Amino acid sequence: MMAYIIRRILYAIPILIGVNIFTFVLFFVVNTPDDMARMHLGMKRVTPQAIENWKEERGYNRPLLYNSEAGGTDKITDTIFFQKSVKLFQFDFGSSDSGRDIGYDISQRMWPSLAIAIPVLLVGLLVNISYALLIAFFRATYIDIWSVVLCVILMSISGLFYIIGGQYLVSKLLHLVPISGYATGLGAVKFLILPVIIGVIGGIGSGTRWYRTLFLEEINKDYVRTARAKGLSETLVLFRHVLKNAMIPILTGVVVVLPLLFMGSLITESFFWDTWPG
Amino acid sequence: MEKNSHNTVGKKIAGLAQASCLLLIFLASLLSGCDQTALNSPYSRAESEQNIIYSSFSERPKHLDPVRSYSSNEYVFIAQIYEPLLQYHFLKRPYQLVPLVAEEIPVPRYLDSAGVTLPENAAEDKIAISEYEIRVRQGVRFQPHPALATDEKGNYTYHNLGQDQIARANKLSDFPETGSREMTAADYIYQIKRLANPRLHSPIAGTLGQYIIGFREFGKQVESVTKQKQQAGGGDKPYVDLRKIPMEGVEQTGTYSFKIRLRGKYPQLVYWMAMPFFSPMPWEADRFYSQPGMDKRNINLNWYPVGTGPFMLSENNPNLRMVLERNPNFHGERYPEAGESVDVKTGLLRDAGKPMPFIDKAVYSLEKESIPYWNKFLQGYYDTSGVSSDSFDQAVQFSDQGEVGLTDAMQEKGIDLLTAVTTSIFYMGFNMADPVIGGDSERARLLRRAISIAVDFEENISIFSNGRGVAAQGPIPPGIFGHRTGEAGINNYVYDVVGGKPRRKSIEAAKELMKQAGYPNGRDAKTGQALTLYFDTASAGPDGKARLNWIRKQFAKLGVQLVIRATDYNRFQEKMLKGKAQIFMWGWNADYPDPENFLFLLYGPNSKMEHGGENAANYNNPKFNALFDRMKNMNNSPERQQIINEMVEILRQDAPWSWGFHPKAFSLFHSWYSNVKPNLMANNTLKYKRVDPTLRSKLQREWNKPIFWPVWSFLLLLVVTAIPAVVVYRRHERSAAK
Repeated sequence: MMAYIIRRILYAIPILIGVNIFTFVLFFVVNTPDDMARMHLGMKRVTPQAIENWKEERGYNRPLLYNSEAGGTDKITDTIFFQKSVKLFQFDFGSSDSGRDIGYDISQRMWPSLAIAIPVLLVGLLVNISYALLIAFFRATYIDIWSVVLCVILMSISGLFYIIGGQYLVSKLLHLVPISGYATGLGAVKFLILPVIIGVIGGIGSGTRWYRTLFLEEINKDYVRTARAKGLSETLVLFRHVLKNAMIPILTGVVVVLPLLFMGSLITESFFWDTWPG
Repeated sequence: MEKNSHNTVGKKIAGLAQASCLLLIFLASLLSGCDQTALNSPYSRAESEQNIIYSSFSERPKHLDPVRSYSSNEYVFIAQIYEPLLQYHFLKRPYQLVPLVAEEIPVPRYLDSAGVTLPENAAEDKIAISEYEIRVRQGVRFQPHPALATDEKGNYTYHNLGQDQIARANKLSDFPETGSREMTAADYIYQIKRLANPRLHSPIAGTLGQYIIGFREFGKQVESVTKQKQQAGGGDKPYVDLRKIPMEGVEQTGTYSFKIRLRGKYPQLVYWMAMPFFSPMPWEADRFYSQPGMDKRNINLNWYPVGTGPFMLSENNPNLRMVLERNPNFHGERYPEAGESVDVKTGLLRDAGKPMPFIDKAVYSLEKESIPYWNKFLQGYYDTSGVSSDSFDQAVQFSDQGEVGLTDAMQEKGIDLLTAVTTSIFYMGFNMADPVIGGDSERARLLRRAISIAVDFEENISIFSNGRGVAAQGPIPPGIFGHRTGEAGINNYVYDVVGGKPRRKSIEAAKELMKQAGYPNGRDAKTGQALTLYFDTASAGPDGKARLNWIRKQFAKLGVQLVIRATDYNRFQEKMLKGKAQIFMWGWNADYPDPENFLFLLYGPNSKMEHGGENAANYNNPKFNALFDRMKNMNNSPERQQIINEMVEILRQDAPWSWGFHPKAFSLFHSWYSNVKPNLMANNTLKYKRVDPTLRSKLQREWNKPIFWPVWSFLLLLVVTAIPAVVVYRRHERSAAK
């Protein structure tokens, strides 16, 4: 086991070096420090002197890989590559050019993301499971067939359509909730209704079909037949036995999704709820 | 047993039903509780009837520090917060400077090299020094700010914070104590010194360094002191007290007065004095923000300004909203009493003499996309809007005479439209260092003129800008001294005058020029080879592609093959710097309303290739340069106009640019929003604006009446479809019971 771990760690070294060199090439050779300075300093009235100052301040005025003017080991160490790239291996990450505190940012932005993601997950679970149970109950009837057709239709429509359509219908035509925006505290509720509804509807198609499959698989098992044989009603069979046993794969699926909640739904938040702060 | 379990399930279902009923009741109460405001209002009920202006921003303004800030999305905020010495008159045209914090517009005193005062009209070469004596108003106070907070003994509360105190703070308001003090001339001097501090990267440091005496030397001294402090362990960004380092050309002469001394003559200095670069900065702010750890927590001047203006930034959350609130310490200012003659008719003088500002607050919400913004504007939740190309047809229509007007839907809502030709230019430049298209040969000149005729910017404006623009006749946009209107202003090399108006010469005329240049039908007459030209651009993507195709077609009219060399922004910049580009598009937006600010774009010693300047075409005509030197420091006079006419004529003849166009800005605003007049120079216009919150709230309610019936119908539909299922279920249960 120990040998395996050591071997794995050793494997990582060439990968890290490769990534490091690749990143360095991307950042400093393709995009020279002069380019960075110009990007940073803006468009108008950028003098060569200003670019020199910017580079000097950040240590980007050194040669890239080899410093012929310096003496001794400085020939290698007094270069951008050594200062900015090799130093990473000493876990010295330096500071970013604009120096932001990322930890605080994340703690601030996490809550709005969760405010959509958690209700979507919970309400979605409730709706999907109820609907799937209903279909399972009426399996092989017209309800089953048409529900599956409906699910397939819901699945085939792009999520973007639900968002644009939802905004247009609910906010623009019916004037029921704000088109976009966010507020803190209780005021957030009115901004949450539409994203949550759309999130739930967007998930019905795939969710329901998945749970339906799980339920149908359970229904055909021997213990269900036994339960029926004992004379239990269909409702009881579904809620008592099938649901309980199907919960195992359902919960496994939910646990897998949990970490994603923190990242938020990228499309819902940033693309359409433009002002979503997550 | 069986019955029992049946009951538990039944109870569960009943419980669920009960819970969902409660939820419905809660939702209904939530909905009915908002009857004062429309349900789709993005603002809280408390805010809906307040004296607030609602606007938006699309990305975080990067620099709110007046030393660095140089872009319009930053000026939206800081121009309301910081007060420079001068400002532009809100109503008068042509643009006119008036004092803001200065007592009057400073008039320079000219001195020769022996220090003897010269008369006002002294020859420029005699003037060794211009001296500006500036007096600032008394009683101007800074906004409340933690950097100025003091305890009973007069010690600054937050100037010597411990690391743990800083580590606990995440925003400025985590330092609850605030203080204020009167602004003096020293605060202006401090800011000028900050402009010279090379660590702060002011975009105008290069320009000011050419004129203000001792400016560069000061910068060098600050740099060496900073380095010493760094080496002595003062951290990355040590505090350097700029008050202790003197600058030769800037001197305080009293509590409220100071002098600026310039090398030679530079009348444009007063325009810089009207920009936020020349705003007072208390040294305490620098001292406060320089404490180690502050910068890492985004507590710095780029996030939290400290000014003397009518507003202060009370909330800065670039992920949600930014809020400007009335500065309680504002010294007060009155609405202008005079303007243009039309201003009386349009009601712009209704507030004459009244104390400003008129609003209490301005809320800027983050709005990245134009469609939600536009829809919210139509619902009345934003007070003003531009017109994006997506919504152009919905908002604007052209009459038979080609006049711009609003569509009926807009007029019904009482929306108003204002248009203004911007003081900027987008041009197609020819690299004068290029062997084919550039140079002083007659052949190249004719080729450039032929292209200028062929590239039809009127068509460009109508295709890509919905007609929002005016084709340029020369480098100087309308509204700037030196621009000529009417027949005199028409470029005879590209246009014919028809009925006093310009009409682009025919493509035949351009072909004739091509023939004269030795490229009949786009082929080199000597070698017989087709002429191939290169267009360099950094624009790619679907939108750019249509434009590039259009440009290619313009050249094809002359039989010239145009090869598009598209690269990324950085490569494009590099090509321009090295003079490797051939034909390109570029733009310039006025810094100040002076022709110098446009003609310098073609001044030889300003060329991009050799001097890294803004003359991207690398045009260098000694005659033009000499005239520019004469013109640049003259006061606006008929004589100056005469020289400018000569210069523009040289340019038209040489055609280093195909003159491109001046974009036209369209803005829409609601009936409750008043005191709107396009002012392309002033950025501090928020204080003049007035809103009628009662009317706004009334119209918002009227326009946004909630429509519930589709929701009820949908629920009803669900119930109806459920009935057969229930019937089936019942039947099933009964059969199971058998």
